[in-house]
Amino acid sequence: MKSFIPPEFQVYRDEDRCDQCRGCERQCSFGVHSYDQDRDSIISDESKCAGCQRCVIFCPMDALTIRPSPSSYRPNSSWTREKMDDLKKQAETGGVILTGCGSDKPFRIYWDHMVLNASQVTNPSIDPLREPMELRTFLGPKPDFLKISGEGKDVAIETEIGPNVVVEASILFSAMSYGAISYQAFKSLAMAACDFGTFFNTGEGGLPKELRSDYGRCAVVQVASGRYGIDAEYLNCAAAVEIKVGQGAKPGIGGHLPAEKVSSLVAETRMIPEGTDAISPAPHHDIYSIEDLSMLIYALKEATNYEKPISVKIAAVHNFAAIASGIVRAGADIIAIDGLRGGTGAAPKTIRDNVGIPIELAISSVDRRLRDEGIRNSCSLLAAGGIRCSGDVIKAIALGADGVYIGTAALIAMGCTLCQKCYTGRCNWGICTQDPRLAGRINPHIASRRLTNLLRAWSAEIKEMLGGMGINAIESLRGNRDHLRGVGLYEWELDVLGIKGAGE
Amino acid sequence: MTRRTRRRLIEKEICSCSIFGAMNRSGERFGGGGVIEAIANMHVRGNGLGGGFAAYGIYPHYRDYYAFHLMFTGTSESVKRSSKAEFDAFLHQGFQVVHDEEIPCDDSVWVRDPPLAWRYFVLPDPKGEDAKLSEEDYIVDKVMWVNTRIDNAYIFSSGKDMGVFKGVGFPEEIGRYFMLDREYRGNIWTAHGRFPTNTQAWWGGAHPFGLLDWTVVHNGEISSYGTNRRYLEMYGYKCTLQTDTEVITYAVDLLMRRQRLPIELVARILSPPIWNAIDRMGEKERSIARTLRMVYGPLLMNGPFTIIIAHHGEMIGLTDRVRLRPLTAAARGDMMYLSSEEAPIRLISPQLDEVWTPNGGEPVVGQIRC
Repeated sequence: MKSFIPPEFQVYRDEDRCDQCRGCERQCSFGVHSYDQDRDSIISDESKCAGCQRCVIFCPMDALTIRPSPSSYRPNSSWTREKMDDLKKQAETGGVILTGCGSDKPFRIYWDHMVLNASQVTNPSIDPLREPMELRTFLGPKPDFLKISGEGKDVAIETEIGPNVVVEASILFSAMSYGAISYQAFKSLAMAACDFGTFFNTGEGGLPKELRSDYGRCAVVQVASGRYGIDAEYLNCAAAVEIKVGQGAKPGIGGHLPAEKVSSLVAETRMIPEGTDAISPAPHHDIYSIEDLSMLIYALKEATNYEKPISVKIAAVHNFAAIASGIVRAGADIIAIDGLRGGTGAAPKTIRDNVGIPIELAISSVDRRLRDEGIRNSCSLLAAGGIRCSGDVIKAIALGADGVYIGTAALIAMGCTLCQKCYTGRCNWGICTQDPRLAGRINPHIASRRLTNLLRAWSAEIKEMLGGMGINAIESLRGNRDHLRGVGLYEWELDVLGIKGAGE
Repeated sequence: MTRRTRRRLIEKEICSCSIFGAMNRSGERFGGGGVIEAIANMHVRGNGLGGGFAAYGIYPHYRDYYAFHLMFTGTSESVKRSSKAEFDAFLHQGFQVVHDEEIPCDDSVWVRDPPLAWRYFVLPDPKGEDAKLSEEDYIVDKVMWVNTRIDNAYIFSSGKDMGVFKGVGFPEEIGRYFMLDREYRGNIWTAHGRFPTNTQAWWGGAHPFGLLDWTVVHNGEISSYGTNRRYLEMYGYKCTLQTDTEVITYAVDLLMRRQRLPIELVARILSPPIWNAIDRMGEKERSIARTLRMVYGPLLMNGPFTIIIAHHGEMIGLTDRVRLRPLTAAARGDMMYLSSEEAPIRLISPQLDEVWTPNGGEPVVGQIRC
């Protein structure tokens, strides 16, 4: 069937610069560029272009420019080009439209409507280059009271504290499974997490056996509805275990790993047949209620000898605050909440763009809810989905999160350009692919350095902002909404965020 | 369906201050004249918008009764009297009032808009559900209730055999107004002169802040106020006074009275050592310091402060962990002094056995020998 969809991108080649090295042809896994012998020139099939910019960056002559196609339908506010093209795609295929990455729709980004405080006169700002500035964070349950015995030098703490993990920057790598991302990308995240003193999350695809001894200590291992790759060693080699109930990009449905990406090693790690679709069930079929979740939490605690915090990850949906409270009461040590803009390797586009609520509002509501019920100390709160910079991190913490998960930001650090073709398995940047030729484009030593550089840079920026507020330890900003003000928000939004308007 | 929670729009007060404390470690009582003289010497550290004193051991005849100091504010005498009537009705429901009287004051000293200040010596008489509370929790609960529910009535002192005296003015004016140099003798005195940057001074907002026999005077601004406040709210404290000193008072109440933690540990919660220092400690000490920070991180008082905490038999000076506000300690014989500056100590006790500047986060503890 002839496709009626016009190309999204235009490939412009400066013929004066191009020396026909055919590098672009080798770089592009989508087959945009090819050499035409008859015409002795490189030609481009724009309809295949994802706009990932791989060829542009790697063209030795800087001869290429990829830009959104200037050709356009008659402008229409209701029938946008995206709506029309999606509709045509479905008319041509009869299928659900898949996509990758977080939602690109213009939902209000509350981070950009909140501003931070700084010290002037009445309390001194603190210079992080000259004075200590502390970001160390403990994730896990804290008791409401400590019982002490003895006095003076013999004083001892009697209360036993539940398992906590220590993070040096309040920033963890979000769940990205081996299978969705390449072995090299997965290993890069693991190496960076261990180097920096934080954690990576294995996602639901298991942890390859040979990585367990070196990187297990920095891993949060996931138990999701597909139960891929779970054995006792997997649970026990990790720092923490996370039950994945939901994901911000696709609340209400399970993971999607198309058969094309299930290579032999992925199959072995996931304990599934090679080349089969790995579609996780939408719910956990042993969790149909909160009491079922509690049983799974305690089963995992038993399996790990009560030595590891158990996290539960849910997508931010309408009554998630009440659900989160139930999850804490069910025994979770950490709650991870993934917002509307959270990323994915593959999700139905309609779900990604229409389901869930923004993470900023979610952090605020859940923090308030847990405090109102007096159970905020019983768990730590991780926020995920749409954290783009250190400013977002510090605002998330001021709203009440203990730490954040970053997924998309980490991928961008490794080269991702958000072309949203993750589900095709043909990622030119070697991230979201199992093609050995493409995956080999990531050198874990270099990619992990890009990741640790990112964490270092964000930490330095967070320290600068903290110091500016006259605060020298991150715990003094946690839930400290006095340091935030809203700009350009409606009254109800300020109420939900629990912050004053600027100037108030 | 839960209703939307409205965001809080209270202003946080910001102020700089002078603080002073004196105690006699053998428990002998002395008048307030010296303390007034000392705090007056730091006149320029305040701006006349708040001053106050706490004195211990001043009501020996009523030492077994809780001494409630009340202020009834309002624009007219009738407003003050009607809030007093409302308070009296409330008080008689849950307490036996042994004696009550107006707090004596010297009307020849000019102060701005003085409230009606009244003191009640009471015994708790809990009824129904309240009977399950410990006596102290009962008092705290009722103090919180009055301060948030009865308009224009405010309990600013609620301990036994001690009292807080405070108001709008320079501390020396407040001291003379309440005749502290003539009427009272105590074994611990703390004092405060205030320099708030906003001008809406009110009598209840002056220091010291007290709850039961715990009082706090504070110089500084707590940048972690929001975190501290929200943590304390989970333990039932209601921060109503728009000032960060209140959160210190409640934190001290939570940690020292309710949890009975020793001051050495409390100091490590309010002004903990930095992680680098903790990591270098011996194993036992490290584990304690680490656990305290882990569990009580939300009570870290971040930002510049010096505080003097007092309760019966004990006076404690503490600065923030990087010591962004001054504190000088001194001793002469049985007398021990804590002050923002050394000069006022020298003014009332020119000869001193020792004078020192404590390190940031290191508590100075003075105790009355029993």
